[in-house]
Amino acid sequence: MSDWSKVRLHVVTGKGGTGKSTVASALALALAHQGKNVLVCEVEGRQGLARMFDVDPLPYQERRLTTGLPDEDGGRGIVHALHIDAESALLEYLSMYYRLGRAGKALDRFGVIEFATTIAPGVRDVLLSGKVYEAVERNSRNKGAIRYDAVVLDAPPTGRITNFLNVGGEVGGLAKVGPIKTQSDTMMKLFQSPRTAVHLVTLLEEMPVQETIDGIAELERAGLPVGGIVVNMVRPRDLSDDDLAAARAGTLDRSRIEAEVKAAGIEVTDALLDGLLHEAREHAERRALEDAQRAVIAGIDVPTYELPRMAGGVDLGALYELAGLLREQGMA
Amino acid sequence: MARSTTQRQTRVGPASPDARRAGSLDVDALIADRRTGIIVCCGSGGVGKTTTSAALALRAAEQGRKVVVLTIDPARRLAQSMGIEALDNTPRPVTGLDEAAGGHLDAMMLDMKRTFDEVVESQASPEKAQQILANPFYIALSSSFAGTQEYMAMEKLGQIHRDAQAAGTYDLIVVDTPPSRSALDFLDAPERLSSFLDGRFVRLLLAPARGPAKLMTAGFSLITNALTKILGAQFLKDLQTFVSALDTVFGGFRQRAQKTYSLLQADGTAFLVVAAPEPDALREAAYFVERLSEDGMPLAGLIVNRASPAPDSPLPAEDALAGVGKLRRDGNGTLAAGLLRLHADQVQLVERERALRERFATAHPQVPTVVVPALAGDVHDLDGLRRIGELLAASGGSSTDRSD
Repeated sequence: MSDWSKVRLHVVTGKGGTGKSTVASALALALAHQGKNVLVCEVEGRQGLARMFDVDPLPYQERRLTTGLPDEDGGRGIVHALHIDAESALLEYLSMYYRLGRAGKALDRFGVIEFATTIAPGVRDVLLSGKVYEAVERNSRNKGAIRYDAVVLDAPPTGRITNFLNVGGEVGGLAKVGPIKTQSDTMMKLFQSPRTAVHLVTLLEEMPVQETIDGIAELERAGLPVGGIVVNMVRPRDLSDDDLAAARAGTLDRSRIEAEVKAAGIEVTDALLDGLLHEAREHAERRALEDAQRAVIAGIDVPTYELPRMAGGVDLGALYELAGLLREQGMA
Repeated sequence: MARSTTQRQTRVGPASPDARRAGSLDVDALIADRRTGIIVCCGSGGVGKTTTSAALALRAAEQGRKVVVLTIDPARRLAQSMGIEALDNTPRPVTGLDEAAGGHLDAMMLDMKRTFDEVVESQASPEKAQQILANPFYIALSSSFAGTQEYMAMEKLGQIHRDAQAAGTYDLIVVDTPPSRSALDFLDAPERLSSFLDGRFVRLLLAPARGPAKLMTAGFSLITNALTKILGAQFLKDLQTFVSALDTVFGGFRQRAQKTYSLLQADGTAFLVVAAPEPDALREAAYFVERLSEDGMPLAGLIVNRASPAPDSPLPAEDALAGVGKLRRDGNGTLAAGLLRLHADQVQLVERERALRERFATAHPQVPTVVVPALAGDVHDLDGLRRIGELLAASGGSSTDRSD
């Protein structure tokens, strides 16, 4: 049973470099089972999804990307992807709501579209999050659109996520009346409801963990629902606690390792043993630092999931592996 | 944003960096060179730019340079690592460094909104300035518009540079750039602001009555009607007030942006691109390198932070994994199995990072590079920064594994 079965919109944020696009993609794969339709969107113009799934750059159009991770009965769903850019979102919005006719063309000709999407304060974020909202709730004017069981947003980083979702606040100060105001209020209703969850990706390092804590506080202040914490790129845990302690103290049993390495069919040299012992010590030191950060995270009252560091990099196969781990841990 | 790449005109600058032969980046030579007056560290978020800037600044100061380091990071990480409680828009001296060589170090954190306010105040009459500062568009623009941070960083750099030249306070300014949404923001911000100010829409808002043709005026009323319908009348009124009020200070903006831009292109400036050995970070780095060369900006080199330390023993990953398999099948040797797996993991990581770096080097052979190994912990204090500084300088020797 998923911890987030009521959630329709999964927002995945995190400090830069923590791998939030990887986590968002893996989460989408994990959610897509038993014939479920899942949409994963990106809004930062980086085409990270296309790279992640090894497909051509995505257009402003929902595209079938791949099948999800099958469940025990082999039931798979479908993952779709959408690359949202502000200009296309604005044009779509205008044509959906207003029959502007000549005025629509004039808007573009006079540079209003560019103005609105690049410089008008807050408008850019509203357009991007507005399209995400539309993908979740589906507008009746968007005929024939797929209804998604879940939407995953590869969101802006932790430092900007609250502003990004807090559209009421951003626009409220500028557009005090009118349809934009009404619509941003409706959007806020979804974003602040239990049908949305903002997940935070972190590493077991001090700064990302601190940023996660700050991010959670900020989300809570804005009334936005905090989802889970995904601890990414966790070092392998192949050594027992006792061995780790011994490695840190420099008291690992050299003759035992020598015998065991021999038993592994590997030729033992002093250089090899020295190397392994030194690597063990370095690893143990880093593990101790990780454990300290893990303890900090455990102190936050939020469900936590862990994903291992993929030494060979994250390819499509690795994404499915990560998806499996998320599902095992109950995130999807 | 991609549009601006195709629209921008080619700039003429000093000799492009590929006139230089690639090798490893010698950080000590860079900071020892008195002609280096500005070092700009750029790169994507989460690659250790702030720490690198601070470490460079500290190292330069302890080698006798009079340094100020300017950071824009809202997480105030530099402040913490420099042991200063709160940085503000004024450079503050950093204490605890070795000043035997005659150098000193100041640090400041950019308060973006305050910098913007100061520019407005310096350019407009007090009355007009008040009007601008209170406008909701100005407030949103100055505090949350993407690109404002980048623009203000450059504005502040220009200010500090002018002041330092006049008063002789600093001979080296180290700039940490904001974690941009994309590499473009940082170089395009000034131009984007100016092009907005020159935009047709803004011109129209300023002087709708002066429209040259009937059609234009008709088009304009269509627009205003549409906007009023969508946004409400107040929105448009606020916007109009904002634009007409700010117009008076625009000329100044443009001129200054141009000056700062030329300052960045000048010989005394050195750009350092910071990355981590990850595909995304290196892709961004490649983008920076290309943009900097295109704009004729003096690129000094690439810093690859957080490299995984090379394993001590030469045992190949496959052999180690085969050994792990055998031990697991035989059901013994858990400690050795763990160690061998760790070793294999480490070898794979290092090989992957090397492959990524080599790919970058093949595509950009003109870029001198330095690889900085990852530290076990975070950097909190001057000692940590010193250590990073040493690593930056030490790996600049001959240990980089790039091939020309």
